[in-house]
Amino acid sequence: MILLLIGAALCAGIVASALLAVHLGNTVSAAISAGMASLFAAITYVVLAAPDVAMTEAAIGSGLTTVIFLYAIRRTSEPPEQ
Amino acid sequence: MSQLINATSLPFVVLAAGFLVILIGLWGMLTRRNIIQIIIGFSLTDTGVHMLMVAVGYLNGRTAPILDAAVDRASAASVVVDPIPSALVLTAIVIGLGITALMLSYAIQIHKKNGSLSIDDCSELKG
Amino acid sequence: MIKRAAALLSLLLLGLVFLRLVVDYAPHTALNPISEHYVAAGPDELGAANIVTAVLVTYRGLDTLGEVAVFFISAAGVGLLLRRRERDMGKTTTHRPASELVGTAVHFLLPLIFLLGAYIFINGHLTPGGGFQGGAVLASGIMLRLLADPHARLRHRTVHLLESSAGFGYVLVGVLGLALAGGFLDNRFLDLGTFGELFSAGAMPIIYVLIGVKVGTELGAVLERMKE
Repeated sequence: MILLLIGAALCAGIVASALLAVHLGNTVSAAISAGMASLFAAITYVVLAAPDVAMTEAAIGSGLTTVIFLYAIRRTSEPPEQ
Repeated sequence: MSQLINATSLPFVVLAAGFLVILIGLWGMLTRRNIIQIIIGFSLTDTGVHMLMVAVGYLNGRTAPILDAAVDRASAASVVVDPIPSALVLTAIVIGLGITALMLSYAIQIHKKNGSLSIDDCSELKG
Repeated sequence: MIKRAAALLSLLLLGLVFLRLVVDYAPHTALNPISEHYVAAGPDELGAANIVTAVLVTYRGLDTLGEVAVFFISAAGVGLLLRRRERDMGKTTTHRPASELVGTAVHFLLPLIFLLGAYIFINGHLTPGGGFQGGAVLASGIMLRLLADPHARLRHRTVHLLESSAGFGYVLVGVLGLALAGGFLDNRFLDLGTFGELFSAGAMPIIYVLIGVKVGTELGAVLERMKE
């Protein structure tokens, strides 16, 4: 029962972060919100008894993907080279 | 009545959340104008699909498929969850990162060529 | 406005299909026959304690080889799209130096992060973890180095040598399994050892170490290419 409550709270966090990520106007905030959704998903995988998937999602989905997005945003917000 | 019992189990909740996240990601891909925000929507859809696959592999009340002091070899087949969806999702997460990196490189090149990140300005293929 | 309504309508129809799938879902109560065979026969046949690793490296090893190939193609694509052209060679963008906290901490944290990544993929067959997770931790260490020193460059020859030799070694181990044991990527051509030790499960640790090094260096190269 307690596992179900924890799982339901985490899934609510995932859906809320996903909604934020598609509705925010600032691209940097949207990228960080998508990273937050990945983080909640990683904790959900631990509750679902899949620790390998949780480690991979936390390292790759919530860490490296957000960093790649931020690098791309930085490179496209400078004035374009002529 | 059995549907009510199923509705209060953990994989059901994660399954419903996974489908919702897929729909939210698709909505983001269809309605945004900035290319990088479209790619964020794609990344969300990918996360939703992974949640779906891991939720399908879960059996109620069981533990992780790793044999150690808590799970012994003889009775392992009755206390562990399905190991195959975990292995497939592992591969899928890494490939999702590779695809996102490739898409962002294309976005950088489009910005270098067009000067803006809006897809309304990509008009080479329009008639 | 019409486009937004059409998008909403199509998503609603897709949502109806999903609702049908969710309502009819009944969780399983027992493992299906293939998973039961993997769980029951895996530790005896292959000697690995982590069944997900056993599935990923030996039972479904060809899929992992395909994944490594796809990731290599996407990394090559990133390298091709963002290559430094001749006319950009002379330009240097001005970087703000990193704060002193990051610059000092990186000297202390970087060896620990590399050690943690190596530990994760060396022990992939005993505890949760493995090549992909350890490779991601290695790439995070490389990213920390790039953040702390804005003018740092990866040594390209070392990275390319590591990556190519790891990929080549992976296929070589697979062919060795074909020649000396049951089939491609069979790990039984080395001794299976005692269950639960570090040097057990035949060639499985070797395969996972090679995958970890390859994925880690490839991700680090992609990060450095996207930085500038």
